[in-house]
Amino acid sequence: MSNVILEVRELTTKWVTRFKEDIYAVDHVSLKVEEGKSLGIAGESGCGKSTLALSLMGYYFPPLHYVSGEIIIDGQNITGMNPDDIRKSILGTEISYIPQSAMNALNPTQKVISFIEDVVQAHDPYKTRQEIYDLARESFECLGLPASVLQKYPVELSGGMKQRTVIATSVILFPKILIADEPSSALDVTSQKMVIKMLKNLMENGFIKSLIFITHELPLLYNVTDEIMVMYAGQIVEKGTAKEVVFDPLHPYAKGLMGSIIVPEQGQRDVKLTAIPGAPPNLKNPPPGCRFAERCRYVRPECRVAPVNLYDVYGGRAYRCILSEKTLREAYRNA
Amino acid sequence: MPDANCCLSASKLTKIFGFGRQKCCAVDHVDIELSEGEVISIVGESGSGKTTLAKMLLGLLKPTEGEVYFQGKKRDISTQKKRKEYWKNIQAIFQDPFSSYNIFRKIDAVLLDCIYMRGGRWLSRAKKLEMMEEACSFVNLKFEELTNKYPFELSGGQQQRLMIARIFLLKPKILLADEPTSMIDACSRATILDELMQLRNEIGMTVIFITHDIGLAYYVSDTVYIMEHGKFVESGSADEVILHPRAAYTKRLINDVPKIYEEWDLSTV
Repeated sequence: MSNVILEVRELTTKWVTRFKEDIYAVDHVSLKVEEGKSLGIAGESGCGKSTLALSLMGYYFPPLHYVSGEIIIDGQNITGMNPDDIRKSILGTEISYIPQSAMNALNPTQKVISFIEDVVQAHDPYKTRQEIYDLARESFECLGLPASVLQKYPVELSGGMKQRTVIATSVILFPKILIADEPSSALDVTSQKMVIKMLKNLMENGFIKSLIFITHELPLLYNVTDEIMVMYAGQIVEKGTAKEVVFDPLHPYAKGLMGSIIVPEQGQRDVKLTAIPGAPPNLKNPPPGCRFAERCRYVRPECRVAPVNLYDVYGGRAYRCILSEKTLREAYRNA
Repeated sequence: MPDANCCLSASKLTKIFGFGRQKCCAVDHVDIELSEGEVISIVGESGSGKTTLAKMLLGLLKPTEGEVYFQGKKRDISTQKKRKEYWKNIQAIFQDPFSSYNIFRKIDAVLLDCIYMRGGRWLSRAKKLEMMEEACSFVNLKFEELTNKYPFELSGGQQQRLMIARIFLLKPKILLADEPTSMIDACSRATILDELMQLRNEIGMTVIFITHDIGLAYYVSDTVYIMEHGKFVESGSADEVILHPRAAYTKRLINDVPKIYEEWDLSTV
């Protein structure tokens, strides 16, 4: 039994709009990440992936509010902690985050090194500049970035370099778990590969112990992570190992996502892309039954009546649908 | 002189930015030929000159050297009137849907402009509405939900689909799609590609795809051009180029894309 780094139990968070409406973007999400493992979160835009990433850090600022649930990082329950304590002792050192638009995360008027100084000194005000410089140089070189980057302004760096700088900065305090929110969506394939290689290196060299990777690119997720969780309208709809979810999806939504994969491999030209019709439901007043019912091909009248529970198949595999595993597989075979 | 069957062609197209020591050759003596109804892709990593080439073909940038031929004749866009005439035949979809619309104009105005450009200014209001509704329903959007709204009220995928609705109304001979799906998620990407291909079958236009995703190029195109440092290093039919690449650069590009049936080699970066 390996060490559990991050455990989340029934976490629910909400956004409050200007008109005082509650939007539950993360709805009773439970997950577990073990040491040395990586978890992928898939789903289309607007399904709550990024909100989940923000909520996992336990640091809430309006309009995002905590509702219920527990977050346990390496045995320490951080729910209900003073936000200032969380910022000082949890963020950066225990759990760290790469924002989606990392290209714009750097301050254009600051050199990279002074940005890093700010980060380190916020946690340890007694570190000298020389110490910080040595620390930064060491980690930059380890990650394949030249140390000269430290003395540059962000505008002098290319998109891929900026992204890697942000990653290197986010792990400078050796967090136990890193959340990467679409780190490669704005990059071309070559820079994307460099970023992925860097994240893998981080895991192997022990900078971080576990990784949560969020993206909508399934081939990428399949190659990077051990486990995949598919989210839809704030809920987990399917959970399993990468191989199971990609090649043998159970939930109709996960199945639909697999239809949008494009890879340059033999025979892929003749495979027809299948898009899921419609758009995700408005979470202001979600439907009472299954949230995917409106867009589902296999919908039944009983789907729309009551909320559907996450149904556990066996160790770690789960899906949220009223149909049985057998019925679903049969339906896919006949499709 | 290019043959009559070809719709758009360019010979020795070159663009140099900067002067003296800072000279940078973005596109270097490129020849390209498109026959009617063909779908081609131009693939390369960022900074390889794909977008510069596209802008020259569109007439947004003046080439340093070389000529563009449209329907066998030398392209003439010396005056605004002639340029507008040219743009009736060639249209583009850009990468960033959020910055391709005028934020002060409503969706109705965007679509009406297209009808005017096709000479529909004197049609009855009911007829115009019908045309706009038809265009929106082609891309699975509801016109009743869009009317009297601004483009920025839509999601990225919806904006890109509205762009396709525009193309549907304009019915150009050539469509230049510059990374149309790189800013939107995989699920809407499938929808957009599907709609683009449907549109292409409907009005029989020639499509130029510009992308860095070789998987996408393989999926949509008949002919693939691989571009490196402003030059084409390889070209041929999609099956030939992607399944049996010859140039080292093409091999690297294919290797860089994550795959699901084969091992993804991370050691070569």
